[in-house]
Amino acid sequence: MLNPAMPLPDDPLDRDILIGAGDISTDEMYINMGPQHPSTHGVLRVLLRTDGEIVTEAHPHIGYLHRCAEKIGECLDYIKFQPYTDRMDYLAAMNNNLGYAMTVEKLAGLEIPERAQLLRVIIVELNRIASHLIAFGTYGLDAGALTPFFHAWREREEMLTLFEKICGARLTYNYVCIGGVVNDMPEGWEDMVLDFLDRFEKRWKEYNDLLTYNRIFIRRTADIGVITREDCVAYALTGPMMRGSGIDWDLRRDRPYMMYDRFEYDIPIGEGKMGTVGDCWDRYWVRMVEMKESGKIVRQAFDMLKGAEGTHKAKVPKVFKPKKGECYVGIENPRGELGFYIVSDGSKNAYRMRVRGPSFCNLSILEKLLPGAMIADAVMIIGSTDIVLGEVDR
Amino acid sequence: MFEQSIILSAIRDAIDWVLGLVGQDISILPLPVQVVLCGLIAAGGLMGAIAFAVLIYVWMERRIAGRMQARRGPNRVGPYGLLQTVADTFKLLRKEDIIPTGANRILFAFAPMLVLAGVVAAFAAIPISWDADKGEPIMIADIDLGIFLITAIVATEVIGVIMAGWASNNKWSLYGAMREAAQVVSYEIPLGLSLLVPVLIVGDLSLGAATEDQLGGNWLIWRNPFMWAVFFIFYVAGLANCKRAPFDLPEAESELVAGFHTEYSGLRFSFFFMEEYASMTLISAIGAIYFFGAGDLFGLQGSSSLIMFGVLLFKILVSIFVMMWIRWTLPRLRIDQVMTLGYKVLTPIAFFLLLGVTVWDLYDLNDKLWELFSRS
Repeated sequence: MLNPAMPLPDDPLDRDILIGAGDISTDEMYINMGPQHPSTHGVLRVLLRTDGEIVTEAHPHIGYLHRCAEKIGECLDYIKFQPYTDRMDYLAAMNNNLGYAMTVEKLAGLEIPERAQLLRVIIVELNRIASHLIAFGTYGLDAGALTPFFHAWREREEMLTLFEKICGARLTYNYVCIGGVVNDMPEGWEDMVLDFLDRFEKRWKEYNDLLTYNRIFIRRTADIGVITREDCVAYALTGPMMRGSGIDWDLRRDRPYMMYDRFEYDIPIGEGKMGTVGDCWDRYWVRMVEMKESGKIVRQAFDMLKGAEGTHKAKVPKVFKPKKGECYVGIENPRGELGFYIVSDGSKNAYRMRVRGPSFCNLSILEKLLPGAMIADAVMIIGSTDIVLGEVDR
Repeated sequence: MFEQSIILSAIRDAIDWVLGLVGQDISILPLPVQVVLCGLIAAGGLMGAIAFAVLIYVWMERRIAGRMQARRGPNRVGPYGLLQTVADTFKLLRKEDIIPTGANRILFAFAPMLVLAGVVAAFAAIPISWDADKGEPIMIADIDLGIFLITAIVATEVIGVIMAGWASNNKWSLYGAMREAAQVVSYEIPLGLSLLVPVLIVGDLSLGAATEDQLGGNWLIWRNPFMWAVFFIFYVAGLANCKRAPFDLPEAESELVAGFHTEYSGLRFSFFFMEEYASMTLISAIGAIYFFGAGDLFGLQGSSSLIMFGVLLFKILVSIFVMMWIRWTLPRLRIDQVMTLGYKVLTPIAFFLLLGVTVWDLYDLNDKLWELFSRS
């Protein structure tokens, strides 16, 4: 029986959930977390059913930032769609550019010069650091520590200046393009990046002192939101979400693209150092170590760049018409596997454009993870998925 | 009544002087009117002093936060950005006062006043200095039940917070209120127990007596080996009392939007804001008076009550700085962790320390150990 004292939610979908549940008790409360909530990292809305502080049911609702990116991709030329990929995962715009460019290149059978590939590796790995910095900072924010966020922001700001120097933009770069990169790096940029990396490694240790090994932070994240290996596979999780659960899988190494098979770096996986394997702390730690590993890759790439052949961009015809066919390319985005699936009918537009967003897939496990957690844990779990709503909704 | 309070009798003298200008004196007013008038003036002064202090604290907090977060903090309005908080106050005053639909209007309006009133009233029993000539503490009301009154009157603030959360007609506010209720029962016990220890040593509930007892460097913190631990418990529980990080759960901005004051705006919001800083000052003042010798600086301050006031103020500011430091460093605890900390960690330790101090004082171990050492 429905309790007449409890008002029904306005949303018909919520109403269905409520009525379908059948066992409404007055102790329980429906509460909307988002879309305007400080800790849903954008416009995610999670409908929570709570018993006191404990979440008994959670339904993520998405779509508040839907901009028809895929449909736009079908209506525009291949080259014109490039800037729209920036707007999907705006924290890792370079990676999104790369995923799209690589897919189109594979479709068209373009050969990319070595120098262009190395420049792509450098910029993409730098963007991975910048993206994980946000993940680190906002995770501290979720835990109630404001200072790590500002410290992360300070470094990110330096990185954005570096990006600005190479491509003129600070958020939506449109730098990696079909055929290579838009322009070669400017004079002295290499030294600036290396200089930054030196400083960054010192500050990376500061982050750990400030947040990672903080007792309160560990108690807020260890053993919270544990994802088992089976769940990872069942929910198609990728990236740090999956590696945090101890699954050793990284597209850069296991399905090498560009020149990733020629670099030496470690793939961090969750080991349950502070609690159970696959808890929030493990996912957080994977991201922290990945920042350091990305730095290693950038250094190696700069060394290789000295002997690299070719220019920064292959010759691409002005009217770009790949032949009929379809292809899928997945790359390792900071958040997981970002895949583009493009069907070409031989015209200058894609016949079908489909994006496999890592955030979108990683988000799906919230429904399973949140029940049983407290509201404060729910915030930590949502934070540990490190979603970007621009890419979830596209 | 006036004999007990230096401040109130000073106010009465001032009224007397003003009435003297028109050829009258204070005896034309009946005694109840005198008491109420002096009380009102003292309350107004207290309120003004706290409001002024809050302006400084907010500026301090923002500058300190800026320092710790590799940024600058306010530095444009006035010298060192000092007038920024004044500008913000005017902004808050001018803001629209919104009462949400479905809110309980009476409780909603009453809650911020109750919250602030409780904390401000507690300052009446805080001695701000020491009058060496008269041998009396300078305070508004030197009541025998000093600390008891303070703990009792501060508790009304909790009612205000719960009231605000309940009346807001917002589920997040309700969560904030319920968290406050859960939190208060877990920190008030260790807080009370840790305050019992200095009371035990001084042998008087009045804070004025504690000030007198510690003159000349004889601070309570040196009296026996348990005192540092007692102070630590007091400080941690005090932080929870102020709803400061890492115990800012009732207003946890990343979880509950803004907790119990989500729906408040303008002046009503600023009341909650002032309350937070006022209770920080209160906890710091109690800490300074009960553990670190109030206005005493090892007797170096001489007999000037102004310097003693300055010394006390300095101690309070140091404590407030530490509170800000903690806030900008630590993440927030979860509600069950706060309750575990209160019930399972702080309370047993506080009981143990209370017992230890009792035994120490009962057998006069300070003197006995001193003899033991001086003999060998």
